Parts: sequence; C-alpha cells; structure tokens
Amino acid sequence: MKKENAKRFGMVIDLDKCTGCGSCMVACMAENNVPFREDETDKLLSVAWMRVYKLNNGKRFPDADECFLPRPCQHCEGHNGHSPCVSVCPATATDYDAGTGIVSQIYTRCFGCRYCMAACPYHVRLFNWWDPVWPDGMEKMLNPDVSVRMRGVVEKCSFCFHRHQLAQQKADYEGRDEIEEGEYQTACTQACPAGAIVFGDLNNPEHEVTRLAKPDHGHEGKSKNPRAFRLLERLGTNTKVYYLSNREWVRRLGDNYQVKKEQQHS
Amino acid sequence: MKIDRRSFLSFVIGGAAGTALTPLPWKLTDDMSIWSQMWPWTPVPAKGEVTVVKSACTLCPGGCGISVRKVDNRVVKIEGLEGHPVNDGGLCTLGLAGHQLLYGPRRIKTPLKKVNGRFVAVSWEDALAEVSEKLAELRTKGETHTVACISASDRGTVAELLERFLRVYGSRNFIRMPSSQDAAEVALYLTQGVRAMPGFDVQRSDFVLSFGSGLLDGWGSPVYLFNAHSQWRDSGGKLVQIEPRLSRTAAKADQWVPINPGTEGALALGIAGEIIKESLYDENFVNKHSSGFQEWKQLVLGGFSPEIVSKVTGVPASVITDLARGFARAKRPLATFGRGKGTSPGSLKEVLAVHFLNALVGNLGQEGGFWAVPEPEYIEWPELEMDQTASIGTQQGRIDGAGSNIYTHARYLANRLPEALLADPGYQPLQVLFISEANPAYSLPGTAAFKDAIAKIPMKVSFSSYLDETAELADLVLPNHIYLERYEDIPAPFGYPQPIISLARPVTEPQLNTMHTGDVVIQLAKALGGSISEAFPWDSYEDCLEQTLGDKWDSLMEEGYWVDSEFESPQLSEAFETASEKFEFNNREISALGNYSLVKPDGDEAFFPLVLIPFDTMRLWSGYVGSPPFLVKSVGDTLLQKNDVLVEINSATAASLGLKDGRAAVLTTPKGNAPVKVRVSEGIMPGLVALPRGLGHTANDRFLAEKGVNYNRLAGPVEDGATGHDAAWGIRARLTKA
Repeated sequence: MKKENAKRFGMVIDLDKCTGCGSCMVACMAENNVPFREDETDKLLSVAWMRVYKLNNGKRFPDADECFLPRPCQHCEGHNGHSPCVSVCPATATDYDAGTGIVSQIYTRCFGCRYCMAACPYHVRLFNWWDPVWPDGMEKMLNPDVSVRMRGVVEKCSFCFHRHQLAQQKADYEGRDEIEEGEYQTACTQACPAGAIVFGDLNNPEHEVTRLAKPDHGHEGKSKNPRAFRLLERLGTNTKVYYLSNREWVRRLGDNYQVKKEQQHS
Repeated sequence: MKIDRRSFLSFVIGGAAGTALTPLPWKLTDDMSIWSQMWPWTPVPAKGEVTVVKSACTLCPGGCGISVRKVDNRVVKIEGLEGHPVNDGGLCTLGLAGHQLLYGPRRIKTPLKKVNGRFVAVSWEDALAEVSEKLAELRTKGETHTVACISASDRGTVAELLERFLRVYGSRNFIRMPSSQDAAEVALYLTQGVRAMPGFDVQRSDFVLSFGSGLLDGWGSPVYLFNAHSQWRDSGGKLVQIEPRLSRTAAKADQWVPINPGTEGALALGIAGEIIKESLYDENFVNKHSSGFQEWKQLVLGGFSPEIVSKVTGVPASVITDLARGFARAKRPLATFGRGKGTSPGSLKEVLAVHFLNALVGNLGQEGGFWAVPEPEYIEWPELEMDQTASIGTQQGRIDGAGSNIYTHARYLANRLPEALLADPGYQPLQVLFISEANPAYSLPGTAAFKDAIAKIPMKVSFSSYLDETAELADLVLPNHIYLERYEDIPAPFGYPQPIISLARPVTEPQLNTMHTGDVVIQLAKALGGSISEAFPWDSYEDCLEQTLGDKWDSLMEEGYWVDSEFESPQLSEAFETASEKFEFNNREISALGNYSLVKPDGDEAFFPLVLIPFDTMRLWSGYVGSPPFLVKSVGDTLLQKNDVLVEINSATAASLGLKDGRAAVLTTPKGNAPVKVRVSEGIMPGLVALPRGLGHTANDRFLAEKGVNYNRLAGPVEDGATGHDAAWGIRARLTKA
C-alpha cells in the first residue's frame, strides 16, 4: 500500500482562535455545491460537510465557558488505511488513497446503503434524502469542479480534493513534480477569517501543519504537541485533523465519548 | 437428461458461484446505481473559462476586499482578497454567500408600481417619470421640505449624491439609519472638537476592555477584528468582555464580566474612579493635553465608588478594582463601545464614560489606542447653486428634529420618525420618502409604529434590490443593481483605524432589469432641470465616480483599494479642535448634559419582571441585507428549530418560571408578543431573556421568511435625553408557558 513520496494531507484547527463564526461552513457549501432547503434545522438531515459544534464546560453561571469546534471529515487512516467507513463500504464507493491520505467518496458508485454513516464515529457522512434543487436560476452559482450529488447517495468532506487535482494538473503542466504548500488549500482554510485552520502535508516537516501538529508517525500520528488532541483518539481511527487548545476541559471533551450532553450544534 | 434433486442443486449452486465469479453482478450493481442517479434534473454545471475579479463587498459596513471567481459569466465563488488591508484573504459568512443574493429568488426583477395594493411591472421611463412629476409638482407648490430619504450610510458617492439631490431640490431630510456611529460622532465632537470616524487600533492593542461590543459577533469590520483576536492569541494580548450574556466574544475573551444590561457606563466610571484614586492614569496626557479633568474627577470620585457601582452593575467591587489596574497598567490599553454589531446608537453619556477611559490612559492617537479617523477628502463637487425654492425649503427644520433646539447634538434621528409623522393626524408632513440600502420596516426598533407612520406617506420610493419588508410597503420600487453588478466607492468601515477607500466594481452584467441608484438620482435631476440639473454635471454614475476619484481611480482599479499611506495621528498639541485646544473631560456643553444616569428599559417592572435583550451572531444579519440561504442553514438548532426561535434564559430563571429546556412559551413585551421556545443556558444572567437579531422576517425569500421572531417587533426606542438617539438596549418582558 505504501507509495513513494506519499502525502498525508491533514489539518490543524486552533480552537483558541476559532470564534465559531461559521465562515468555514459557508465557504465549504459554496465551493462544494452543497444544496439547501427551506428547513435545515434538523441537523441529522441537513447536509453540511463542515459543521461547527458548540462545546461547554458544564459549569453553572457565571463560570460557564464555551468553545467552538469545526468538524470536517477526519480522514481516518486507521491501521494502514483501514478507515471505519472504507472497511464497510460494499460498493467501493469510498476509499483511502495512500498517495494523499484522503478518504474519497464516489457518488456514482454509492447506492445509498449508509453502512458508512453507521460506521463513522464523527457523523461526517450525510445522506441525500432529497434531490437537490436550486431555485430560480440559482444553479448559475454551481462550481463545475465538483459534481452535484443526487438523491440516494452519501456525501462528505473531500478536503476539497478537486483543488488538489487542479494544483497537480498545473504542476504537471509546468513540469514540476511537487505542488507547493499554498497551491493546495481547502476552501475552509482559505476562508477562515481568524486564520484558525492550517492545512498541508503532515509528512512534510516544512509545512506549517506539521510544525503545529507534531505528529509521531511511529505511534499512528499521535501528536507530540501538549496543546494538541484528536477526536476520539482512543478508537485508533488515526485521524488527520488535529485540534489545539490551551484549555484542558476542551482537550478532555475531545476524547471522552461518555460526555454526551455537552456537545450540541452551535 | 433427467433432472434430479442432485443435479438441480448443482446447477443452482454452480450457477450462483459462476455468476459471482463473473463481473456481471458487480457491473449490474454499478450500472444500477448509475442509472438510478443520472436524472436529467440533476444539474451539471457547465465548464468554461475561469477568471478572477477583484472587487469589494458592500453587504455590511465592514469594507472587505473580495476576489470573485467566475466560470465564463457565472459567479461561482466569492473569497477574501489577499493583501487587502482590512481582511487580507479572510471573509465572513455573509460575504462568502453573496452570490446567493445575486442569483437568489428574493431579488426584484424590474421596476414595480403598486396598483390597488399589488405590484405591477412598469418600465424605467414610466417609473422615473412618475417620480419626477411628483417632485416637480411639490416644487411648484413650494413643499420641497416634504421630501425625505432614509439611507443606511451617509458616506461615499451614492449617499452623497442622494443628499446633494435633496438639498438642491430643497429639503434637509436626509436621514441615516441609526448605529453606534451616532453617539460616537457626538462624543468625539464634544471632547475633541473634531468631526471624524472613531477608529480602534485593536490589532496593536494588548488589553481591550470591551463594553458589550460584539468584537467577534460582527462589530465594526468583522474580519479585521477576527484577525486582531488571533494576533492577541499569539502575542498574549488580553480581551475582557463586559456584557450580560456569554456571547461568542465573551466566550473567546480572557475574562467575561457579566453585568446588568444598560449599566456599562456606570462600570466605566467606576473603573475610571479607581484609576484616578490609585493615580494610575497618564499624568502627562491629563496634565498637558486635557482640560476639565478636575471637575470630572470630583464627579467620578463622588458618585462612583466601587461599592456603589457594584450595586448598580452587579459586578463585584474587587473585579472593578482589578479591571482598573489591569487596564491602566497595560502597555497599550483600549476601551471599546457600541453594543453587539453596533447597530444601536446607545446613550451618549455611556459612550463618553467609556471614551474618558481611553483619555485617562492617554491612548488617543497612539499605537494600539483610539484614533479619530478623518474622512478621506475625495468627494469635492462643485458648490451647490440653490434657487429660491430650494433656499426656502432648506430653511425648514428637519422632519426628525435633528439639529433643532431640542436635539442640538444629533445629526439624524430615524427613531423619531414615527412620532414626527403621527404627531398631527390631520397633517401629513411628508409627501415623498426615498429609501436606499436600508430596511427600516424590519431594522428599526418598534417596527409596528414605523409601518403605521409611513403608511400615510403618498409616495414611498424604494431603491431596494430585494423584496424586503420596506420594499413591500413602497408605492414604487426602483431596484438597484447589487454590489456584484455595480461600481461603488466604499469608505473606511466603522472602527477601522486608517483612512481607506475600496472599490466595488461590476463582476458580472446586471442579471435583471435594474438600474444603479446613482444613475437614478442623476436622471431624476436632469428631468427636473434648472439648478437641480446643473448640480449633477455627469452623464452617468460611472462618469461621476471616475471624475470624483480622480487620480485614485487608477490605483483603485488596479489594487481594489486605496490607503492614505501618509496618514498619521497629529501631535497631541494639534489633535484637538476644542476651545481649549485640549481634550475636554468637561466643558459647558458636556456639563449641560447633566450627570450620568442609567437608561432604563421600557415597560412596567410589575407586569414585565424580565428584561429582553437582543444578541447578534455572525450567522444572522439584521440590517438591509437579510441572511442568504447558506447562513440560515448554518444557524444551529440551539437558535432555531423548525420555525421556532429559541430564547435563552438562565436555569434559575427557568426554575422560577417553571419552564424547561425546549418547551414552548410566549414572550410578551409592551410592544407585542410572540411564540418562542425556551433554551436553558448557564451563559446568561438570571432575570434576562435573550433573543437573536436577524430572524422573524416576513419578506425576502422562503429560505428566510417566517422563521423565528424579529426582535425589533417586540422592542421600541428609548430616547436618550442628551441627544434624542435611541439609547435602549432591551425592553421589559414576560415569559409564560404556552
């Protein structure tokens, strides 16, 4: 499975900088042709690749504190690419790409069994219960780099893989082997007005994301940065999204699946 | 051949195994999913040539640069403009969803005229002729002062064209929508003698004391503030947020100081008292560059000891002392005012109290401090030649009373319009009302009164691009291009510490039968002829803008923005244009305002035991532009469930009212009532109910309308005794089980 010069694209989100404004969500929706309906308040049915959760420390007034946690697909590597969702897909509609570390989703292969949704510990996968509709000519805003999904398939964050393809094509055209750090950035990273999201190749020590996440590749990417944590790390999902916070209660919530009440949609 | 049980089973099992080994079932599964998914109604976005256009966003007053990605002529993505001094690449939720407004169903497609209560499409010629005939008729009658205009802003060429038009026509009734700029302008004028915009150098400050400013909830220029906050995280800068609710700003602050709503000014004076008592203030500034300090000091030390202030504000006395020490000892401290997104003026005395803190620590015009930012002086049009009709008209007082003997300090008082219009039932003081880039029927506190008041105006002309609440009430709608289809200059946003102009330019052809409001004004002027026509010597708005910007035009076209790079704060000895040429803590006009007093929320405490306060979030916008579909979608289920808004109350309040989390309730204020759901939270003081602003639209599109409750329907203005501005933050309320 190992490829030479393999990339491991990942993300670091500084929760002390994140203000929960929602720009990442909106930038993602606009970039990835995510549909919208009149009522999107049932968050189990609402398709959003990136979602900002609101955490609280469970304390009473006036000691209450809140923190916002943006959650894209965690692009689990598991052990050697055995992501929870990839392992269960009967249609090979989702796959772990050893060259980039990105968990793909091929809509036309997906037949909507939703095993992957059950397997994903992070609720990043969403099912299209309806055909998407863009009213009154709003389909003009659709981005041709991303295919529009139809009723009956599962979708999720792709780390804006189409942007990787475009950057790679450009590099190939210019006769370069490697793409630069700035050439491939996800829409949410680019939009974040707080600069809280950093994206890059976790295998490349020069990349900002590696400097912040300090992944220990000998121990399935566990971070050596005391400020960093990953979500539900104990499951061994070996995710590629690292979170930073100085606040201990935030770091504890990141890996404590017994705390249920305190996680709500912001 | 005989088929026995054995051969039958062999055939079936063998056949199944054989089929499984062929690609057939897998191919069929694959094909089936393809056949069942490739519906003709699933859109396939067309490919095309990709181009990027630099422009600027006008959706909020933030003034961010944008970089718009197009595929052929379609706008597919809006991103922040890298290198723009205000936002440098980042962009807020609203800016990112701007193309949903361009193509969205809420846009007005063509000029509309109301006939028997319904809109019918009319041509531009007919619509403009109707307006100019009415205006000509009023001029003949000598009633030019009965024409007014409400605009979101009074800065930039479009607003100035409107104001110029009114003036040369013969009316002084140009009215800006309320915002914290109102009180800030007066405070700056009274203390420093200058007419300028307040600028807060937050990025370079190391201790920001925010008196309820939603610095991370859309105050000032949102992206600039987000950047500042991230810089504090890296540099160790501190943010203290003083407000009754754990807003996003409070949650991100280093310290949240809950305070009884409306008492922020008292806290500012309490902090000032401690700074003076412990001699922590900037003696050099106070002694050399200020006057009136002694009188003000007596007032502060006499009435605002920590103990007294603690009783009023609910903030412990020890916290007041600590805040005073922390603030005064910081290297570059800065105090900010303007609650929430800064869309309410607030009380002048409160703004003065906060502003005096800045003066006490001597941060005026200093790095990381408070700046008086002059307007870039690029709009230099020929002096107006007014004819006699216009001179007589402009000698009449303003409809809202601003600048009169009673309201000396105020420049605009939109909040007083209902009172002024409804004062005499037998007389209609306004004949024509223009509304530009504003939605007062939604955004002004006390919407019912405003709607009643303007209903009797014979001709209401809206320039709105969207069928919003105010446009629905209009008699004529002359839809403007939206920002992605037009040129417009955008002066520095509120709070930004440098003079800057950005340029919005047409990213795409106008999608609908709309016209630039600037062109509408020029055409109306030409139709009226005479001195009015002569005041507008341009062929078109674009011509006007290019000539106005002069040598800045090229750099604006190239970069998308222009910064006054030579701007620096004047020396302290020359910074103040008051009588004493110093900063004035007290003078005749300030002492005439009377001592600091609390602005009480409207309503009888016996009937309304709670106080309803509004709050702002980056996902909901409550000004001219309502939230586009993506933003409504991003609103969490702690704010909106189906069409019900959730109001936040403390668990103690919930227990005393017998209400549980998620339960339906009725929220009643002196202005009306509304069905809501209850959200029990530990992030709000007991005794309060918090309602987000930006919901409860009755117009716009189906993605926004009929969801939740409009705060402004339940609230009303409370006149500030000092200025006449709306000083209210909240209204008394009752919450009962449904």
